[in-house]
Amino acid sequence: MGLLDKQFEKSNVMVTSLDSLLNWARLSSLWQMQFGLACCAIEMMAASASNFDMMRFGVIPRATPRQVDVMIVSGTVTLKMASRIKRLYDQMPEPRYVLSMGSCANCGGPYWEHGYHVLKGVDRVIPVDVYIPGCPPRPEALIEGLMKLQEKVRNESLAKKHA
Amino acid sequence: MIETHHSQPATSRGTTLRTEEMILNMGPQHPSTHGVLRLELVVDGEIVVDVIPHLGYLHRCFEKHAEQMSNYQQVVPYVDRMDYVSSMGNEFAYVVAAEKLLKIQVPERVDYIRVIMAELQRIASHQIAIGTYGIDIGAFTPFLFLFRDRERILDLFEEACGARLLYNYFWIGGLSHDLPPGWVEKAKAFCAYLKPNIVELNGLLTYNKIFIERTANVGVLPKDVAINYACSGPMLRASGVNWDLRRDDPYSVYDKIEWDVCVGRGEAGTVGDCWDRNIVRVHEMEQSLRIIEQALAMLPEGNVQAALPKRIMPVASEAYARTEAPRGELGFYIISDGTGSPYRIKARGPSFVNLSVITEISRGAMIADLVAILGSTDIVLGEVDR
Repeated sequence: MGLLDKQFEKSNVMVTSLDSLLNWARLSSLWQMQFGLACCAIEMMAASASNFDMMRFGVIPRATPRQVDVMIVSGTVTLKMASRIKRLYDQMPEPRYVLSMGSCANCGGPYWEHGYHVLKGVDRVIPVDVYIPGCPPRPEALIEGLMKLQEKVRNESLAKKHA
Repeated sequence: MIETHHSQPATSRGTTLRTEEMILNMGPQHPSTHGVLRLELVVDGEIVVDVIPHLGYLHRCFEKHAEQMSNYQQVVPYVDRMDYVSSMGNEFAYVVAAEKLLKIQVPERVDYIRVIMAELQRIASHQIAIGTYGIDIGAFTPFLFLFRDRERILDLFEEACGARLLYNYFWIGGLSHDLPPGWVEKAKAFCAYLKPNIVELNGLLTYNKIFIERTANVGVLPKDVAINYACSGPMLRASGVNWDLRRDDPYSVYDKIEWDVCVGRGEAGTVGDCWDRNIVRVHEMEQSLRIIEQALAMLPEGNVQAALPKRIMPVASEAYARTEAPRGELGFYIISDGTGSPYRIKARGPSFVNLSVITEISRGAMIADLVAILGSTDIVLGEVDR
């Protein structure tokens, strides 16, 4: 803990608002659903692996929707897959967040015009918090999107309904 | 899910206990199906009786898009997105087929750069295959080591064409850009850098006792079954079939380069088991380095675009070309009706064909072994569903 190490040996009091404490805890451990759809999933893997190391943000991939806070929709959402994504989202516990990664999840991407199969934006089935552009977005872009989400979580309040 | 019922109390141990087969869904959201594949399993306790793959969760209508494009060049980005782990390999197959149809001869420098890029891509693709296979088996560290090395390859690609994953680098009649200054030296340095790391990988994963226990003698694919199912790539070679399109049906400049075709020998168990499929990929990475080093040494100077008219009009004809992509035989069958855009493009993807054998080789295996078998086939769902 660096500066704070061994500074609280006697009983101490720390004053903060409940909102700040909860938000700090939430944004520092946004567990992610280990769930890849298409090309973007490879960049998502690269972002979690050695060179970009997304785990330093507390983003740990979990295999089941019951344990996760954030779903990264990484790739083309076909009509066949859309109902499954909705079901996975419904299984996630509150508060839950969605990152839409890449053009396909944002709006249909390169398959928008002729794709009879593609959902034109995953926001048609589930609410999206942050959109990350790119085809595919670089891992840096994904991390930027994640930090935008952290900003959003930081400004939430228990009293007000978050926007 | 059908529950197992015990119809009557067992009178003596194990005699009148009635069991039923159970249907279990694996996927489309499952950490080890490598994408959105759904497997319908019929299981008898822990033993897999039957596997029925359900496809189409990533169907992206490649053929429809190919027909809608206004020229042959515009198809390349969609070809990239088929097998997104090895985009260069896909582009290679497509441009070879399109150049055959349009009767274009590319400069020699283009051929050599294409071979270098395709082999670098093969290494990167096998690194993902081996890394994620390690995760499936329960070894996380090799994944991190392999991704560290893969980023070096992606840096080389990025320097040459500006993209990390989907490149649009091979154009019909040439390449989008020439190599930047100093690239050849960096590629040579990378080859020297990777060689000891493959030895390290072998110590960490390939010859690890636990890994061998999990993969040897599991999911054995006999030679005749592999041939009957038209398997290709590492899947076929691991079963002991000495077949590689780069040598047996040479395209580009592969006939001027020397390397060995890696074949499964059953070192840890039976020929054609999961361990063999993995070791073939490891050896292919070494051989790819050999190819890259030779091609870099032989790289001629020259132009990277053939002199082409602004709009190319082929005669009404058809062409099929096949190449050895990292996952196996990737072929494109192009039909032209004489206009500037393709009439139809049919892709023969190796992942789709290799997946079809999974039912055959996983009957009688345990559920945990099914994960090992599926991982060793190294499918990419973008290419299975197309």
